[in-house]
Amino acid sequence: MLIKKADVLKAADVTPYEIYLQRRDFLRAGSALAVSALLPGVAEATTRLSGIVSSPYSTSEEKTPYKDVTTYNNYYEFGTDKSDPAENAQGLRTRPWTISVEGAVKRPKVWDIDALLKAFPIEERIYRLRCVEGWSMVIPWEGFALANLIRQVEPTGSARYVEFTTLHDPAQMPGQRSSVLNWPYTEGLRLDEAMHPLTILAVGLYGQTLPNQNGAPVRLVVPWKYGFKSAKSIVRIRFVEQQPKTAWGRAAPSEYGFYSNVNPQVDHPRWSQARERRIGEFFKRKTEMFNGYGEQVAQLYQGMDLRKNF
Amino acid sequence: MRNVLLNPSARQIIIAKATLFIVGLLPLARLVWLGVNDGLGANPIEFITHFTGTWTLVGLLTTLSITPLRKISGWNWLIRLRRMLGLFAFFYACLHFTTYIWLDQFFDMQMVVKDVIKRPFITVGFLAFVLLIPLALTSTNAMMKRLGGKKWQRLHRLIYAIAVLGVVHYWWLVKKDITQPLIYALVLAVLLGIRLVFKAQIRIPVVMPKHNPE
Ligand code: HEM
Repeated sequence: MLIKKADVLKAADVTPYEIYLQRRDFLRAGSALAVSALLPGVAEATTRLSGIVSSPYSTSEEKTPYKDVTTYNNYYEFGTDKSDPAENAQGLRTRPWTISVEGAVKRPKVWDIDALLKAFPIEERIYRLRCVEGWSMVIPWEGFALANLIRQVEPTGSARYVEFTTLHDPAQMPGQRSSVLNWPYTEGLRLDEAMHPLTILAVGLYGQTLPNQNGAPVRLVVPWKYGFKSAKSIVRIRFVEQQPKTAWGRAAPSEYGFYSNVNPQVDHPRWSQARERRIGEFFKRKTEMFNGYGEQVAQLYQGMDLRKNF
Repeated sequence: MRNVLLNPSARQIIIAKATLFIVGLLPLARLVWLGVNDGLGANPIEFITHFTGTWTLVGLLTTLSITPLRKISGWNWLIRLRRMLGLFAFFYACLHFTTYIWLDQFFDMQMVVKDVIKRPFITVGFLAFVLLIPLALTSTNAMMKRLGGKKWQRLHRLIYAIAVLGVVHYWWLVKKDITQPLIYALVLAVLLGIRLVFKAQIRIPVVMPKHNPE
């Protein structure tokens, strides 16, 4: 089995490099905040999250360095090169920010991001991330189970799917000025997938609030699906009856299905999904069914043909 | 005074060739420099693959630009740089292919064969690479003589197909943003289009001999 309980000894055994980086980031964040006080709306840096509790869902695999996690990103809203988001996302204003939770629910609610950050206990979830392009990382996210939020709004009987929408603002998101994808970016989950305890809304990584290029201020993380399912910079969560259209599904329906579960047996039409390169490693490794989370999630897909429902 | 660009001396041509040789090695030098200085980013193997692939394509297109440039400018000596450009394209193609076989697949030949057969973008890239080999092998003066001008020229027209396959390879491998392959495709279209225009122009006096002064 690949998922282990977070080892207490190991957790205390944190590599000095990370601490060094985090401290340095903290200092940098401090000075950046001082600057952004003078230039409102510009360069909101990350700040430290407090009161984080660890989670049994975390993996004990070696974490991908902070630098790689924050400079090698697919976030087309800020450009299509992996290095674009880190360069172009710095102008994104993440305050004020609201997330509208709406649709087939009894108690719809518009959340202010700062209220949301305090509403639920923040857990550390160290998850594997597998990109559809054939690379992977191990990222320590901070966030809370999406199920917490869903229970609060009380979905009605007709809520069968959940649709997530990313901010649409070409002024702040230069990539949206070109029509690579149909903006805004939308994604979707079946309600039971959204309710699954592994599915989280992430608000931080490596103990800091999310850097803009990683989807600040709040993003979805669904670790058993390809990375693009985990919508970033979310402004709307809507409960619907019909399966929602997804951004990549609209762009290339034969290549990016609604489910997009990590599956080494179902290749992308243009490349193999059997193996992946873990960032920082030389040799490719075998890709695991459901990205190694099969024990937790396989029952969601019982009786389904995963080749058809790719 | 002789015009250097129209009619350079033998020595000046040697200088031009030496310069081109160094310029052709600059991308490789940059790659090595980035490698030594931790500049290849989070996914170095992907970076090297893309880097060498890009320079293969640039090499091919530069080679294809010699004839049009020569015809437009009248600088006929440019033809003497063409072989080196072609060989540089082949050189970067070899690095690109080696990166794939060695760093990317780590000599997993079963995987490589499967890739070449199953993935259209690899298939056309592989075809382009295989077709480059006879051109490189017959690039020497001795081989040119052995084949004879006509035969040699016919064989080396393969470069058109290779360049097209190279662009198709690029086009098929990008996930969504086709801006880059589109740019290369347009450049290639211009380079091939110019040739058609030249061909048509040459034919005009043949088709209409009455315009020729007696
Ligand atoms: C003349 C022959 C070739 C040319 C001109 C060429 C050109 C290119 C170009 C321009 C790229 C993309 C660079 C970028 O994204 O910036 C590329 C990527 C790539 N090429 Fe080639 N290539 C050739 C042959 C081959 C061969 C023979 C193979 C393997 C058998 C190959 C495998 C690849 C792979 C695996 C990638 C990266 C794909 C990805 O990251 O998704 N290429 N090539």
